[in-house]
Formats: sequence, structure tokens, C-alpha cells
Amino acid sequence: MTHIPDLKPNLGRRSFLVGGTAAGLAFGYVAVEGVSTALAAGTFGPTSWYSIGPDGIVTVMVGKAEMGQHVSSAMAQIVAEELEADWSKMRIALPDNDPKYNDPVLGALITGGSWSVRMNFDAMSRAGAAGRVTLIDAGAAMLGVPAGECRASNSQVIHSKTGKKVSYAKIVADGKASKVWTADELKALKLKGPGQYTLIGQSVAQLDIPSKTNGTAKFGIDTMVPGMLYGKPVVPPVRYGATVKAVDESEARKVKGYVKAVTLEDKTATTTGWVVAVASTYEGAKKAAAALKITYDNGPYAKVSDQTLIDEAKKLQADPASGQLFVSAGDPATAIGGAAKVMEAEYLTSINIHAPLEPMNATAFEKDGVWHIHTGNQFATRTGGIAAAALGVDPKHVVLHQYFMGGGFGRRLDADMVIPAVLASKAVAKPVKLIYAREDDMAMDFTRPLTYQKVKAGLDADGKLVGLQHDVVCAWPTARWGIPAFLTPAVDKKGALDGFTVNGADFWYTVPNHKVRAVLNELAQKATPSGQLRSVAPGWTFWAVESMIDELAHAAGKDPVDYRLALLDGAGQNAGGAKKLANALRTVVGRSGYGAKTLPKNAGIGVACVSSQERATATWTACTAQVEVNPATGDFKVNRLTIAMDLGTVVNPNGVQAQIEGSILWGMSLALFEKAPLENGALQVSNFDGYTPMRMSQMPDLDISIISSNDPASGCGEPGVTVVAPAIANAIFNACGARVRSLPITAEAVKKAMKA
Amino acid sequence: MLTLTVNGQARQVDADNDTPLLWVIREHLQMTGTKFGCGAGLCGACTVHLDGVAVRSCQTSAKDAVGKKITTIEGLGNGQPHALQVAWVAEQVPQCGYCQSGQIMQAASLLAKNPDPTKQEIVDHMDGNLCRCMTYGRIQKAIIRAAADMRAKSGS
Repeated sequence: MTHIPDLKPNLGRRSFLVGGTAAGLAFGYVAVEGVSTALAAGTFGPTSWYSIGPDGIVTVMVGKAEMGQHVSSAMAQIVAEELEADWSKMRIALPDNDPKYNDPVLGALITGGSWSVRMNFDAMSRAGAAGRVTLIDAGAAMLGVPAGECRASNSQVIHSKTGKKVSYAKIVADGKASKVWTADELKALKLKGPGQYTLIGQSVAQLDIPSKTNGTAKFGIDTMVPGMLYGKPVVPPVRYGATVKAVDESEARKVKGYVKAVTLEDKTATTTGWVVAVASTYEGAKKAAAALKITYDNGPYAKVSDQTLIDEAKKLQADPASGQLFVSAGDPATAIGGAAKVMEAEYLTSINIHAPLEPMNATAFEKDGVWHIHTGNQFATRTGGIAAAALGVDPKHVVLHQYFMGGGFGRRLDADMVIPAVLASKAVAKPVKLIYAREDDMAMDFTRPLTYQKVKAGLDADGKLVGLQHDVVCAWPTARWGIPAFLTPAVDKKGALDGFTVNGADFWYTVPNHKVRAVLNELAQKATPSGQLRSVAPGWTFWAVESMIDELAHAAGKDPVDYRLALLDGAGQNAGGAKKLANALRTVVGRSGYGAKTLPKNAGIGVACVSSQERATATWTACTAQVEVNPATGDFKVNRLTIAMDLGTVVNPNGVQAQIEGSILWGMSLALFEKAPLENGALQVSNFDGYTPMRMSQMPDLDISIISSNDPASGCGEPGVTVVAPAIANAIFNACGARVRSLPITAEAVKKAMKA
Repeated sequence: MLTLTVNGQARQVDADNDTPLLWVIREHLQMTGTKFGCGAGLCGACTVHLDGVAVRSCQTSAKDAVGKKITTIEGLGNGQPHALQVAWVAEQVPQCGYCQSGQIMQAASLLAKNPDPTKQEIVDHMDGNLCRCMTYGRIQKAIIRAAADMRAKSGS
């Protein structure tokens, strides 16, 4: 099972390696006067998570990165539930990289994994409850009644017997509430049970939305600093490993407002061979960047291509000594050796890029010995440390100012954008606003790695799955961070592996003999530094698992739904979860008309079900896809996606719905429309003409069912991404008998598979 | 020096003739509601109106905007929220929000000439505006809602 990281011990050591390089990365933070988010005088803040002003406005400090998942609003909603606050009084604020706002479970400022609501629910609830208790005590004293006879509702303390009331605003304005709660006191608070919720479970309006309809929402790229210059990166002709040999500025000097070209000496080795053109305007920086004549040594990976990586992956997979075990149950080799039928297949997924619509950017300057960086970032703790390491300063002198993110999707977990900003600012001794052109953003993405998976399975004479071996070979994005807490101990004791490349493969089907091997493709790791792309491993592991399960069902002559339901027997370690997954599967089967509806010729419905993201944080998600294939050309159209998701406690149903809508369309977009080919060490993508995420005209009909329960809240931003591709591929098989095993799925591949 | 009329106000800008209008609006005038997405006319995040017509400001030179009425998201409703902005909130459209200024400006140019668009007309008009969060379904609903509200108000 993937290890859920607790970064506190690592941060306690305050230092670990950066991406396998020699530079140490340390974390630190010192509150800077006027910068840190100290409570304003005259406000009440029972914990650091929020304060209430004399006007009754509750401002929640959101340690989570807001990238459109409305997590800021969800945090406020959880606080408001226990605080008994009027929703119209709730506001959000994004603090800087102050560890006070670290995730209470993960121990850092990091947002990912669809973990935020689950991991912050308790802390936000307790913070809210603490405020309510203090306000009831204070309000009761003001009303001259016993606190035990009072309740709170709608930002008021109410004496039940007499109906006398006093508002939170009045209590705070009169300075009657001031208690700051200790950790032990917070822990002792009794929280509401699910039956008592009045706000959780309601689709209240998201707090971040109004500013996103009138141009007032502030993103990192909107930062303005007096006297700032502009920087535009000039990126090398290969993704990684290049060095700059010479820079000829003679033409660039003719550009109006040109300042200089800064060749980055990046001690963190996050970037290689980058130059920043600095000018007084962005248009000037762009012109200068185009005018610079730079000579490069393209380095050791200049010949690497997709095919090179696939060849390397196949070689590694064939070597039994490669890799480490993530799952090891029984003896699959023997079971498969004695099986009545053996199935073997290779599954591929392409390199994909994030391409958030706000290109990477950061504005940096040094003032009074403190470096200020303005940018939206998902991992402020590490990114601040990287900036400090690049500058060679103590990390306590780096403040990261947080913004809304114009898309995150995992891209802004990385820190590359701060490096050219701080180094350029240092070189010109002025504030620099650094903006990647779209072409820079695409070419230098920290990609979803190319993955090669091999699955071998054995069926007994009754078609029952008796053994399964699953090898996953790819770059290891999370291991690249060099943070030990993010690694998972291998079950074969061969050290630690990157669990965020294999989770999902530890599925909830009962298979007596099961091995999952994680193999690092070192060449890919070096040539194409990879990152966490929305859903990470389950985006590829379930592509293989849910395709293979379908193949096994057909080989056994069984219906793929019945076959899955039989495997989801809930035996042993699969108790509980497997039956929830089965229930989600039955929901989509029923709603889509699978097996009941008469379909046109060459149309088919395919199913898939997943437990993304990790076993410990599973959201039970099932999907059917209805497709229509043109057998003459292999062209196909996805007409409808039907989704059911069981995610326990649902804080905001409309917000969950929005995340499911976006994530399943992401899943379809990755399955059909997105590919970043690698040739000559470079990603062959530059703009939205070549890398083509789904457009409005390509959207299928959607049918979404949310299954809620009193279980802890699970995540909804990513699981939908992982279930769609196998459902589509299984539908294509049902429509025309073509089995496709490579993403993205092309008409050509469908046509070829039909002939096969 | 160029003189531009932005949201009804004359503005002096020290920019070259060939500077994309996008950078004039965003950086010279510091009106940041208009967004930079691709710089190539491929995503629509930078959409503004020139004399009421939706254009990609990254593909429009500052000089070509001289003498025309430039409208940005900040000036869309003439001080009141435009029916589309109201509908955008009602339908809870934005996720990350970065493309939404461009989406709203693009949609406004549709409703200005077609008060009752069909779903297909909406798709055809909006297909050049990329939403990486893929809020397309809600964008469609919000446009239909705003169109109905505008028709109700004008009594047609």
C-alpha cells in the first residue's frame, strides 16, 4: 500500500537532498513584520485558522492551494459548520509559506493527492468548534445568562429560553472574545456527528467564484511591483541536460528597454541551460529573447526519444533483478504456470503535459535582506526551500506569497518557475516578473512520464483469476523530489520505491496470487524530469488493470461486469471497500442501460471501476462509456460517460459535481486528444495547436451520480481522471472487437486492432 | 505615445505600435482581468472587444486598436454586472477561473448579435476558447441562462 507521507520528521531534520544532486535543501521560515499573517487588532482568532472581525466577517486562512477545486471554500464550509457561522459572513485568505498553516496531517504546505478535505476536516472542525464555544461563553456573559442555556446559530449566540441574542460581530467588537485554544483543548472538543450537520452537505456558493467572473481574482501573473523589470526565459533545445556555451547579445541590445541576458547557474539542478532575457517591458523581453544567439552543448540526452524510453523499459522489465515489489501475495508464477489459460499484454501511456492556462510565472525581489516571491504554488514549503538553495540564502529569509492558481493539476507542485525569477532579480538587483511563454511552459513541463506496463495473468478451467503479475516501468516523479517521507518501503525489503507510480495496482479485487513490481526507468528519469499530473499513478495503473480485467472476462467467456463483481467479493483485506466499489459499478451499469439497452450497430458500452487515489484514501468510482466506431476508418466517438462516485461525507455536492465533471473530461482528453512526443531529447509540443486538450465541441453527454455516506470525506478531484480511459477502450472492444492498449487511443490503432 | 480608449476612458500608453494589445492592457495599464494564455490566438484567454467585436488581444497590435472602443472584462457591464456575469455565478461556472474573463467576453459578443442561440450556435461560437478545467457544460448552461434573462429584461 502506498505510504501516506508525514513530512514532519523530514522537515524536522531540515535538510535533504534536492533531486539527487549534492545541494542540500533546507526549510525554514521567519515571520517578517508586515508580511506574516498576524491577526489584526480587534479581531478574535481562537486558532490560527481564522479570525473574526468586529463586523462579524470570518476570514479563513487557507493553507491549501486554490487552483479551482474550491478547496478554500470547502475549508471555510467545514469551519463554518462547527462555528455556526452565517455563510454570507465567510471569507478566504491565502497565507504565505508560514508553517503555521501546514497541512495538519502531512506537515507541510502541500496540496495534492485529492487529500485536502479528508486530511483537514478534523482540524477545521475543531477550529470552528473552539470559536463557537468561546463565543457562546462570551455572549452568555453579555446577555447575563448561563452559557449552558445558550446555543449558537447563524453567527449569533441565542439564549433559548428568552430568545435574547447577541451577534458574533457585537461580541468581537466589544472585545469580549479573546481565548486562544491550545492543542490539547482543541483535541478535547466534542464535534458534531454527521446527523447534526446543517451546512456540510449543502451546495453553498463557492467563495472564490465571484472574483473569477469580473477580472478581480488575483493570480501570480497579475503581480505588480513598483520598478519591476520583466524576464522571459530562453529554454534550451532539449528538455534536460544542456549547458550554455556562449550568449551573443549583440542583436538583443538593439531592443528598446533591454537590460541583460542572465545565464542561470542553478545550484538545485532543477533547470539546465536556461537563459533569462531581462527588459523593461514583457514585449521587450520577448523580442530580446528571440534576438539572443545562444550556443549550447545539448548534453547526454539529446538523442533520447519515446522509442528509446520504451526500448529501455522493455529491457528493464525483462530483467527479473530490476525493480522492487509493491505488492506480493502468494506465488503468481506458480499459479500462472499451472493455469488453464494465460493472458499477457503490454500497456503504454504517452508523455503528457499539464498545460495549465496560466503559464508558469513568478515575481521576485529582495528587500531588507528578505526575498519575496509572488507566485501560486502547490508545495510552498519545498518551493521556498528551492528558491533559497538557488540563491544560496538561508530559507528563513524567503517568503512565498500565495495566489490563486490559473490551473495547477500538479504542475505547480514544482519549483522551477521561481529559479529564473530569483536569479534574474539577483543579477539585475531589481524586482523581476518572470513569465514563461506558452512554448517555454510546454517544452519544460514536468510531465506525466511515459509508462510501460506488462501484465500476465492465469485463469483456471472455470475462468477464475488465479494469479496476476503486474510490472510498472517509468520515471519516478515523486522520488525526484528527494524527500524520503514520500517513498514507500518495498515489500521485498529492497529499499524504498516510488509508491506514486504503482498505487492503484494494489486493487480491491481478490486475487490469491498477486505481485506488483515497480521499476524505475533511469534514462527517462534523467532525460525527461517528470512530475505529478492530475491523478498520477492511478491514471496509468488502472489503464492496465481495468483493460486486463476486461480481457480476462472475455477470455473466460464471462460478462465483464459479472466478472468484476465476482472479484469484488470483499474477502480478507478487501472487506468493506470492495463492496462499495461493486455498488458504484452497479450504479453506472443500471444508469447507462448496460446490457439492457439495444445499441446501434458498431456501438458499445464499456465499464471500468477504480479505487483511486490510494488504498488508504480510496474514492469508489465506476464509469461506463458508450462509443460508436466507424469500422471502415477506426474513427470513434464517445457519446456518453456515466459516472458514479462514492466519496463518503460530501461537503459541497455542487463543488463535488464540478470536480467530477472536470476530472472525467480530463480523463477523456488524456485518453483521446493529448500526447507530448519526445524526439531528440525534446518534447515536441509548443502551443495549443499541437497539444490539444478537449474543446467544448468534443464534450460527450455526462451522467454523474454522487453516492454519499457518513464515512470520512474522500477526494473528488482526481479519481474521475483514472476511470475513463479503460472504460472507453473496453467500449471500443465491445463495439467492434478491437483491443487497444496504448494511450492516447487513435483511429489508426483501432483500425489496426480490428484487423488483428 | 499611443492613445487608446479603454472601457470608455482615453489612456495614454508608452508602447510601440506592434506591441500586442494584451500586454498594453495587462502590464502597461495594469488591468489584469484580461489573461495571457498562449500568445498565439489559440486559447481565447485574452479575448476583449474592439467596437463590440470579440478579438484575441494577443493577436491585435496596439496600433490597430487606436481609434476603436476597447472593452475588457472590467468594463463589460458598464458598472453593473453583465447578465453573463450573474449567470456565471448562478451556474457556479469557474474552477481555476483563469480562462473565464475570455469566455465571458467571447459569450457577450454572441449574445449581442444573437439573443436566443441554440446549443450548436453556442458551441460553434465558443469552441476557440479553451478551458483547461473543462467547465464547458456549465459555460453552455450559463450562456443559455443569461440569454433568457436578457430576453426577459428586454421584453422580447
